Amino acid sequence: MSDLHFKTISELAAMLAAGETTSVEITQAVIDRTAAVDAQVKAFLSTDTEDALAQAKASDERRAAGKALGPLDGIPIGIKDTLAVKDQPLRCASKMLENYVSPYDATCIVKLREAGAVIWGRLNMDEFAMGSSTENSAYQTTANPWDLETIPGGSSGGSAAAMAAGEAIATLGTDTGGSIRQPAALCGVVGMKPTYGLISRYGLVAFASSLDQVGPFARTVEDAAILMEAMLGKDDLDSTSIAPQGETNYSEALKTKKGPWKLGVPQEFFGEGIDPEVKANIEKAIDWYKSQGCEIVDISLPHSELAVPVYYIVATAEASSNLARFDGVRYSHRSEEAKDAMTLFTKSRGEGFGDEVKRRIILGTYVLSSGYYDAYYLRAQKVRRLILGDFEKAFEQVDAILTPTSPTPAFKRGERADDPLAMYLSDVYTISVNLAGLPAISVPSGFTESGLPIGLQVIGKAFGEADMFAVANAFEKAHDYAQQTPTL
Amino acid sequence: MSETPHIDIDYVANLARLDMTDAEKAKLGTQLDDILGYFDKLNAVDVDGVEPMAHAHRVFNVWREGDEPGETYAPEVLTKMAPESRDNQVVVPKVVE
Repeated sequence: MSDLHFKTISELAAMLAAGETTSVEITQAVIDRTAAVDAQVKAFLSTDTEDALAQAKASDERRAAGKALGPLDGIPIGIKDTLAVKDQPLRCASKMLENYVSPYDATCIVKLREAGAVIWGRLNMDEFAMGSSTENSAYQTTANPWDLETIPGGSSGGSAAAMAAGEAIATLGTDTGGSIRQPAALCGVVGMKPTYGLISRYGLVAFASSLDQVGPFARTVEDAAILMEAMLGKDDLDSTSIAPQGETNYSEALKTKKGPWKLGVPQEFFGEGIDPEVKANIEKAIDWYKSQGCEIVDISLPHSELAVPVYYIVATAEASSNLARFDGVRYSHRSEEAKDAMTLFTKSRGEGFGDEVKRRIILGTYVLSSGYYDAYYLRAQKVRRLILGDFEKAFEQVDAILTPTSPTPAFKRGERADDPLAMYLSDVYTISVNLAGLPAISVPSGFTESGLPIGLQVIGKAFGEADMFAVANAFEKAHDYAQQTPTL
Repeated sequence: MSETPHIDIDYVANLARLDMTDAEKAKLGTQLDDILGYFDKLNAVDVDGVEPMAHAHRVFNVWREGDEPGETYAPEVLTKMAPESRDNQVVVPKVVE
């Protein structure tokens, strides 16, 4: 079985149930594939093959005893380096946490373990999840498996690249402004951001707490649904987590919800800055839905052009506060030049953080500082409500919204490294969803002429994951983009 | 963009307890001017009477049902993470003269 590493969760679950393979075989296939290609892709920051194989063996023993746990039992899942996995390093791709080892599991990891999943490896990212290209990692630059000269997107670039390269069966990422969906689109895989609060953030290193969400990368919409079912739920350890509302049996919803749907297309997402090939591709996808009997409704999200400035005020403000905990005292990097309390903080932080993190801490501190708070932070919070209002109004008319995930396909490494504003605009189609707390998914929708993947974003109503999955699944099942793999 | 104040980086870096080199400050100054200029877009919006939104859902006064003691960590597990520790306590430079 040489291609186990490119199979889906549902295919492997069926094979495991039929006794055609074992978790040890699958896990070994993923380990071998990683050994063969990760020198090129550089998706993983660390791996623990012994630990992964021990988990796989335990899964096989469970199954042999007739106690298999469900579709995730025995499936190797890679984890972004911002989620706590007990006894594994958690560095957030930062020098600040170079020697940190998690003493506990994040709640989403606990839930995956309860479902029998094999927790596999730590995936590269932009430092503290700040970036859109994974070039801000303090350790290595991850390549896009479809073209090694281009970036995989970010900040969950390692999670997306590992999927495209077959180095895991599924992976977890986090999405604060598009950090799951944008790399999923650029790497040609499925990536999903849940409704805010649906998955506990306990054990996730906080970046912008009112926006951060954990979510899955998968080969198919169905696999993403399986992972969501395992991870969702209220958690006493995260007071912002929320008891699920509405339909949460997503796998069942994929079978029963067949449309046709009323789908909104916001004209604001097809204007200035969009790559012509991306535009044509998404218009073709919209035409496909129309051909299936869906009603396409022109909608307007008039405040969406303000999402980027609102996001970079709110997110940096929250980040400057959250990152205050990295002070060189209890668990982070401490400068050897620390002579007193002040230099302990300033020198340790100055040495431990990279350029983009410093940029955002300064920006966030500034927008919260006396004299500027009203002009920036308070105003941004008000415009945030207007952005939510646009979506609420649109969802009075439609079941889901279709947009491009990213305005461009993967760009060359280094191309935007010195232009933070250009980098921030990579997130223009994804961040309004975080500001409004809605669920959204990116599904592969084809390729550019030069062979780079493009992604279609389906945005759902709050807690409307079942419909969002069903809409995305219909498109995926009618096309073969998700089954294509890069040559490495 | 001309109305945008130029950030006093030394002042803000001190508030953020962040040491930066002169070269870092110079580069950041120009970049932040661009970014703040872009933020000026927000000034064109009428936000009179709009309630600020801090969060996607309205969450107030979350109380735990019952605060049951859970798993705790031995002091050495936690102090081991500190850059320097002694006798299960975190060691820091002298902070009081």
